[in-house]
Amino acid sequence: MTSRTDGITGAAVVSPAMENEDLEEADVEVALESLNQWQLATRRFLRHRMALVGLTLLAIIVLIAIIGPIVAPYNPIDIPGAKEQGGDPPSLAHIMGTDDAGRDVYTNIVNGAHISLAVGFFSTVIAGIIGVIVGAIAGAAGGLVDNLLMRVVDVTFAVPLLFLILVAAVFFGQGSVLALILVFGLLQWGLIARLVRAQFLSLRESDFVEAARAVGVSESRITFRHILPNALGPVIVVLTLLMASNIVLEAFVSFLNFGVSATDATWGNALSNAQPAMGNGNWWWAFFPGMCIAMTVISINFIGDGLRDALDPRSRL
Amino acid sequence: MEQVDTTMATSSVAAPTSEAAQAAPLAAQPLLEVRNLKTHFPIFGGILRRRIGSVYAVDDVSMTVNRGEKFGLVGESGCGKTTFGRTVLRLERATAGSVYMDGQDVMALKDDALKHMRRRMQLIFQDPYGSLNPRMPVSDIIGEGLLAQADYENGWFGRANRDKTVGDYLEAVGLRRDYSRRYAHEFSGGQRQRIGIARALALGPEFVVCDEPVSALDVSIQSQILNLLSDLRAEFNLTYLFIAHNLSVVQYFCERIGVMYLGKLVEVAGTDALYDHPRHPYTVALLSAIPVPDPRVRKKRLVLKGDVPSPANPPSGCRFHTRCWLRERLGNPEQCATVDPPLMDLGGGQFSACHFADKVSAEAADEAAARQSRVDTAAVVP
Amino acid sequence: MNTLVDLEPVTPAPKDRVVGPPPEPDVLLEVRGLKTHFHVMDGTVPAVDGVDFQLKRGETLGLVGESGCGKSVTSLSIMRLIDIPPGEIVAGEIWFDGREILSMPMSEMRRIRGADMSMIFQEPMTSLNPVFPVGNQIAEAVKAHRNVSSKAATARAVEMLAAVGIASPTKMAKRYPHELSGGMRQRVMIAMALSCDPMLVIADEPTTALDVTIQAQILELIKSMQERTGAALLLITHDLAVVAETVQHMAVMYAGRIVESGTVDDVLLRPQHPYTLGLLNSIPALHKRGRQLDVIKGVVPNPFHMPPGCKFQPRCPYAWDRCKNEEPQLVAIAGREGLSRCFLQDPGAGARRVEFDRAAVGTVSGEAV
Repeated sequence: MTSRTDGITGAAVVSPAMENEDLEEADVEVALESLNQWQLATRRFLRHRMALVGLTLLAIIVLIAIIGPIVAPYNPIDIPGAKEQGGDPPSLAHIMGTDDAGRDVYTNIVNGAHISLAVGFFSTVIAGIIGVIVGAIAGAAGGLVDNLLMRVVDVTFAVPLLFLILVAAVFFGQGSVLALILVFGLLQWGLIARLVRAQFLSLRESDFVEAARAVGVSESRITFRHILPNALGPVIVVLTLLMASNIVLEAFVSFLNFGVSATDATWGNALSNAQPAMGNGNWWWAFFPGMCIAMTVISINFIGDGLRDALDPRSRL
Repeated sequence: MEQVDTTMATSSVAAPTSEAAQAAPLAAQPLLEVRNLKTHFPIFGGILRRRIGSVYAVDDVSMTVNRGEKFGLVGESGCGKTTFGRTVLRLERATAGSVYMDGQDVMALKDDALKHMRRRMQLIFQDPYGSLNPRMPVSDIIGEGLLAQADYENGWFGRANRDKTVGDYLEAVGLRRDYSRRYAHEFSGGQRQRIGIARALALGPEFVVCDEPVSALDVSIQSQILNLLSDLRAEFNLTYLFIAHNLSVVQYFCERIGVMYLGKLVEVAGTDALYDHPRHPYTVALLSAIPVPDPRVRKKRLVLKGDVPSPANPPSGCRFHTRCWLRERLGNPEQCATVDPPLMDLGGGQFSACHFADKVSAEAADEAAARQSRVDTAAVVP
Repeated sequence: MNTLVDLEPVTPAPKDRVVGPPPEPDVLLEVRGLKTHFHVMDGTVPAVDGVDFQLKRGETLGLVGESGCGKSVTSLSIMRLIDIPPGEIVAGEIWFDGREILSMPMSEMRRIRGADMSMIFQEPMTSLNPVFPVGNQIAEAVKAHRNVSSKAATARAVEMLAAVGIASPTKMAKRYPHELSGGMRQRVMIAMALSCDPMLVIADEPTTALDVTIQAQILELIKSMQERTGAALLLITHDLAVVAETVQHMAVMYAGRIVESGTVDDVLLRPQHPYTLGLLNSIPALHKRGRQLDVIKGVVPNPFHMPPGCKFQPRCPYAWDRCKNEEPQLVAIAGREGLSRCFLQDPGAGARRVEFDRAAVGTVSGEAV
């Protein structure tokens, strides 16, 4: 038995002990510990075998990228001198062989990982931050503001990527990693903005948002406390996949020699340089960087799959 | 013909004040008074996105709900009952008309005054799954309103205070206090609906709009929730506007019923009166259409022809005339297609919007049903 | 006829089965001991856990229950539309027109589906393909099962549209699903289901998504079509009132099992199972106004934590110790056709039986008998 005072009359109101018979049954069903949506999502993610494989793989790659250069057997600019024309095939001394200048491919890869992963990651972060902010404003404000922002998004889609990289090269200097990161990020936020905006538009009409309005919650609190957390689920998945595709994009751009300069090691560069070597049957030079790109992208995609399943509020435990 | 106000009080003074309301006899004190309410939604189309039409969701509805009453609003999809409920609560923008809550003009309120008014009128939602934020614990779902409405009088700024209130209301709806730490997905449909009810009641409202509160629940849970709503009404002195499409539930639960069709109120009567002697052909058809779980009742069913017209394009004159069995029986009088009948007082608290309300009787309905061919032809819907 | 890739779900027969003898020739559909389980992340959900019933040619049967009781899964199992995995038909036999269909190859099953056995779904909008006109879709069903020309198939489609009461059928046949109202779409579904003169029509909650006046139209239509064509009807619904109006026999399901069956008159007016009684008592009706509704306390059991013994026991006001430990079987009800899965049928039920009988009087109409 509890008592409370009636808000209007001030009189004491006693609430009866209601028949709570359904509670005993319900207790059996309710989980032992109470988990919020993020904890639940983590649990669901951890059950996704492929996602865990991807996560492990990516962790290894990142680890190697970080500590690799420290434990790499050779200095990257060391040229021990190739024994054969076009480089040596994989051997005990050089597990991935050497390139035509005699540089160890493994060292190349390990150093290249830095740049490839950095470009992939930071450009996604930039696209994500700008995209979420713009999308949220457009979705929440509506009307003219929404219209204007979406036209800006249209413009970003209209600008050709390679062209902008060339222009950026003029300002930042040829082969600047920063330039690449900025260009990717600044051209890709539109995708995220559209997604966030769509989420906002649909969540704005949902019942629980209307319920919050009905009790007098301010619009700004509704935006941040109700809409935004629920909108982020699909956004996270898309960002993950965007990172994977940006890594490939960097490789592509570098391969075409638009990107990072030929002296810095990146996976794309290595592929580009290895092109002529393929004709001579020196497969190892192109194979290993290519494999790294593929494995990174695949593992990120698996993680993305796992995230998609984990963050889907419709699937129940 | 003038439109007659459906209020029980006889005075039709402009701008009723709370003093006037208190002066009226206590027996039937209107808490909610709606006058000529219209809610139209614009339809945009064409290349330039101009307004090409409107959806006449609520089209000139006037009614009252008395204090402590359980007023049922029924109708099929597209009739506007849900929009009506939301407009009254200022969750939808009214196009015209006025709403008075305990004498106060709700439509004129702005900002803080409106926020204050929200403490007195609340909404229970239909969908127990969509109406609770999946990422908030129950304590926040219920307590959020308290925080939003906190001021130095009610002490809801303090977390302890809010938690206590949340716990009190959880108990009031038959759940345990410690459920406030849990998340919505851990509960069944019936329990979620209880949480939604607790949220609506936490601010201590007098007037609660129940928007199809049991439609999404299984039959055995429905009865639990209906019992709960009855108990809460007595305990907290609530007044309900109970919106539903299931007439059996409304007949069980409510004392007075309003029937809506295509944005208009076509009949208002006490529950027993509506059942014993309906005075609008649509009501008759609705009652005839309800299946009952008694196999001995072999009703001669009065099946309406065709489908409900679109609320964006309602028929001229009486909205129901295109499907009206009474009109057909009376030889298709011209009046039905040209003049929109107002809601008329038939005495005894019963109101009907039909030119021929006096011709609506059980015998007429039976005859019309008997004449209907087995498989009726449906009218083509454009 | 061999297809390299089977795009539809292939529902294999239960393993290690001994198939019994075929039923009598007048029995069109017989389900014996059907168990369909779903393997999900947290374990196995026994959605259907031992269902037996019979449907004679030309007769009507209603399968009634609340959400989660397994009625829809039963009908999907009969049509062999269960997704394998995560589903699995663990046990049981399904006899249709003298043949055991769970052991049939899918090619055979496809021949039966749509022609001899057809289904009307709950949501007509999602069951109709939005990119084809409705006449097209009916004609497609006809062509799949009858060796006729396109013209003949279209003619048949128009004929069916007229039969289900759609005015201007030739014109309407060219319309797309989104141009039609809910009631019209459901009529199209019915036309499609009946286009090949099936022996059995399964209607899965055909009117739940419709307004009450449209529901009345559609139920009348289903009834009249059933009478005209002589097809058997299996109607699945949660609404006891719909069952009272439309079918002659019914079975009530709870937690994946049938708990009571019999004629509609018997089950609704003289219920023998506490769950049926509880359901009938909790239906709101005008004559109950002013009183509290009798509720069935508690909630449906968690499929992962089913109680031992009778599945309804935790919520049953008449239960005693035996019900906690032993699961009751479906037994015949004395003095009439019909079965009940309850120990109250036992002659030794004594005082509890008396209590139950007293409570069961006059539930539906509210009158004292």
